[in-house]
Amino acid sequence: MNQLRVVAVGHVDHGKSTLIGRLLHETGNLPDGKVAELRAACDRRGVAFEWSFVLDALQSERDQAVTIDTTRIWLRTAQREIVLIDAPGHKQFLRNMVTGASDADAALLLVDAYEGVSEQTRRHALLLELIGVPRAVVAINKMDLVGYDARRYAEIRADTERLLERAGVTATAFVPTSAWEGENVVSAGAASMPFYSGPSVLEALLALPARARTNGAALRIAVQGVLRRDLQRIIVGRIESGELGVGTEIVISPARRSARIASLVVWPPGEKVTAHAGESVGFTLDGPFFVDRGDVISDAQHVPPIGHSFRARLLWLGSRPLQVGDTYGLRFGTRTAKVEVADVERVIDIESLEGDGRREAQANDVAEVVFTGAQSLPLDAVADHPGLARFILLDGLDIVAGGTILAALGAQAASDLVPVSHLLDARARARRNGHLGAVVWFTGLPASGKSTIAMEVERRLFESGAHAYVLDGDNVRTGLSSDLGFAPEDRHENIRRVGEVAALFADSGAIAIASFISPYRTDRAAARRAAGTAFHEIYIKADPATCEARDPKGHYKKARAGALPDFTGITGDYEEPHAPELVVDTTLLDVDAAVDTVLAYIDEWILAPVRPGGRLPSPIAPEADSP
Amino acid sequence: MTLLDELEARSIAILREAYFRVAPLAMLWSMGKDSTALLWLARKAFFGSVPFPLILLDTEMELPEVYAFRDELTRAWNLDVRSELCPPESSIDPTLQPATRAAARKTAGLRDLVAREKLRGVIVGIRRDEQSTRAKERVFSPRLPDGAWDPKHQPPELWDVYHTEVADGRHVRVHPLLDWTEVDVWRYTQREGIPIVSLYLARDGKRYRSLGEKNITLPVDSNAATIEEIIAELETTRQPERAGRVMDHESEDAFERLRTGGYM
Repeated sequence: MNQLRVVAVGHVDHGKSTLIGRLLHETGNLPDGKVAELRAACDRRGVAFEWSFVLDALQSERDQAVTIDTTRIWLRTAQREIVLIDAPGHKQFLRNMVTGASDADAALLLVDAYEGVSEQTRRHALLLELIGVPRAVVAINKMDLVGYDARRYAEIRADTERLLERAGVTATAFVPTSAWEGENVVSAGAASMPFYSGPSVLEALLALPARARTNGAALRIAVQGVLRRDLQRIIVGRIESGELGVGTEIVISPARRSARIASLVVWPPGEKVTAHAGESVGFTLDGPFFVDRGDVISDAQHVPPIGHSFRARLLWLGSRPLQVGDTYGLRFGTRTAKVEVADVERVIDIESLEGDGRREAQANDVAEVVFTGAQSLPLDAVADHPGLARFILLDGLDIVAGGTILAALGAQAASDLVPVSHLLDARARARRNGHLGAVVWFTGLPASGKSTIAMEVERRLFESGAHAYVLDGDNVRTGLSSDLGFAPEDRHENIRRVGEVAALFADSGAIAIASFISPYRTDRAAARRAAGTAFHEIYIKADPATCEARDPKGHYKKARAGALPDFTGITGDYEEPHAPELVVDTTLLDVDAAVDTVLAYIDEWILAPVRPGGRLPSPIAPEADSP
Repeated sequence: MTLLDELEARSIAILREAYFRVAPLAMLWSMGKDSTALLWLARKAFFGSVPFPLILLDTEMELPEVYAFRDELTRAWNLDVRSELCPPESSIDPTLQPATRAAARKTAGLRDLVAREKLRGVIVGIRRDEQSTRAKERVFSPRLPDGAWDPKHQPPELWDVYHTEVADGRHVRVHPLLDWTEVDVWRYTQREGIPIVSLYLARDGKRYRSLGEKNITLPVDSNAATIEEIIAELETTRQPERAGRVMDHESEDAFERLRTGGYM
């Protein structure tokens, strides 16, 4: 297919709309009467003729002479159809720039020869890489304003080349142009610029490589849903990459169940045996497997990593800053999940394109962030499967970011990468113990009931033959963390150590019951990362007044007297979990009922999978069915 | 994949996203070439039966051939078609220019329908290349409570990760044909053998290139009597598609005013 979608980007007023207007006019792509109509619109506003009015169709855009939203227009030539996507250059309309770019195969980047590389030139270059636009034709425009000076052109070209290289975008051509005068726009060899012998902008666009679909690579389909027709359950979705056919062995993630394609369903009814990347398909499986919207179908050899945490690069668009501990709705592929910001690793400075030491992102910042979710997610990286690694973040109903998954963290790797002996080992441990290895993490205010419940749960599990052990402040603070105090940084370190130790317990096949106030979300997220899918967060909930009234150890009294600085609940802050696996409200439940609630949860998620007749203990994804 | 394959696959994916994410949902069917191609795509997406109602915003001013086409296809394809009778012209803002009043009636009819049926989504077959304000649309385009479009504050729409949710009392317009051009629709209609209203084909040197109400739509000069000839004509013409639609041309902002008010 020879159609190409090209987004025009660059700093505001560097001439994007004018260049596009010129291209369309000189290639005969404007309908009859359009130029006269635009001339009339300009006259009505008392302004000189504006090519940009071709694209800036909104009254407010014309009145303010600024592109607000992205638009597109078709440029047909004998060789190729080019869909030109015009994107606004104003910082305040960046959301519309990325909207336009996200549909493009390549970019046309304009740089004003007089002003040179400017803030939005840099930002747009950075965003092209993030959005996934791999290459660009660069027009060094407004050469008429610099007297068609060859040295000025060489200087701006070198600046832009360096910028694109750092941003990771390939420049396929640099063209000195004057869009206003029509120099080097459609035909090359402008007499005003004898120093340049390369292609015109149009020629450079026509020479861009065609859009590529990744056939032959690993199979990926994000399941859109299941349709019932004539007693068939037809799974529908679009093939992101790879191909499938009748008989193909597939794996459904994150549950990691295997199945075979029984039939491909098409309408009008007909015979179809194979389907390729890009197709919207419907198919049935060879058994009554449970498949749902959001699942990812892969071939058996290239299963996606499954995990709770991932590192991402994103463009932040929210009006409030992005901070550690915030939670958002995540949408990628066809999946919706809730995630928490576990870390803001880097916020990119637009001048240096390096991290600038900030730990929160403001609107229009590009940042690298670690997210943690409560559920297992299929986490393909953008380098492997861009179509499944691109996401948006939602705050309520507002889109606050767009980004890509760089890597899964602490994920159960794809099955073909895990040594077989290790898998058998984990399974053997689970069989002998009669339960999966697990970290059951109790968090809550002092005197909320954590220790009381934890000790009773441990006793009951022990009596039932399970291998369980409570880690709490008393047995950790006296040894492992005896060098630490109670200031926030010491608390971080204490919880980090506990998280790692608990993960080792789980790895050995035991049920580690960690009972810690653990007031900070980031710390709990780190503990979850350490234990991966074996982590279960239980929020022991009670309001501060109730806790203070209980005060079995007299801590609240001491803290009120000022003897315990940084005491959580009075002077320290406790950050409630956003998405714990279980909430036990001890203002509503007595100790026995609270213990029963926890045990019922453990029975379902840690014991039942190993029971004869229960779900098989999959060593890869112990919690195969997400709650 | 050919361009038509690519366009078809994307439109089907959009229709399925709408179906699985938005309810209650309805699709407008004006019996024109675009919305009939869209109906065909919906039948493909859902394997023959369309799982939401088809709505005709009826001004009772369509050309008689158009009504006959509706009745024939409704029977042949066993469709759930509902006519939404639009409020009379007397109820429409009298400051509007006469040729835009039919569009304003349709806007009002759609607003009534959305409110009465509590629709959260309406699928519409508009295309970006038809008109320059349509070129700025989103695939999933959220509406203000009265159905109005706020082009200055559209949310971002990234890749094909569509945001389909809207607040209570609002709806989202779904535009599966945005990427298609006029000639793409004709090529697809030809390839798939999709029925069309005969008025699109030239008789006595005239044909309708775009179908609207009978008092405000004019046929254009043409000798294209088959779809092949229409495609050949479109490959060389420099006349805009909606040249025969009087409502677009009364003033510079005529169409933008209609669309921000909630017109398709």
